Amino acid sequence: MYPEARVTKFISENFIPVRLHVKQHPEAMARFKAEWTPTVLILNSNGEERHRIEGFLPADDFLAQLHLGGAQVSFGDQKFDDAERRFRDVVEELPDTDAAAEALYWAGVSQYKATGKPEPLQATAKAFTERYKESQWAKKASVWAA
Amino acid sequence: MAIQWTDDVDKALAQAKESGRPLLLDFTAAPM
Repeated sequence: MYPEARVTKFISENFIPVRLHVKQHPEAMARFKAEWTPTVLILNSNGEERHRIEGFLPADDFLAQLHLGGAQVSFGDQKFDDAERRFRDVVEELPDTDAAAEALYWAGVSQYKATGKPEPLQATAKAFTERYKESQWAKKASVWAA
Repeated sequence: MAIQWTDDVDKALAQAKESGRPLLLDFTAAPM
């Protein structure tokens, strides 16, 4: 199903993988409110949804979304240093994906949450003046500009 | 590296709770 080795490797190393065919498991679709296929949900270890990927994506974008999901799990668990690292992995390794701007935003937020200092937010706003300028994430971060 | 899929959600949820590992749920309509 996932022909790219880097995708299968990331899934195997980071998640407990569950595959549910819509015809065999319609109750699961209802239970988790999956209304389209493909839908990929990332849940934390308590079974709480942390990220949702609906529809097909090419490998780079899909991998970036998986990274985002893993990062959101860490963020929700208040493991902010780990979350920041995971978000920055997206920006550094998959910079041309749609997820990269979102990851840049949340990396700054994670660093702020970890340190309690406003400087990471200001640095994030500045970073958005240099890349992903037209993204909604740049607009969201603009309020932090010093 | 082949993914070791399960289709037992509740078993996977229990495993996640015990291990602290997150889950990935892949809903598909593709032939299996």
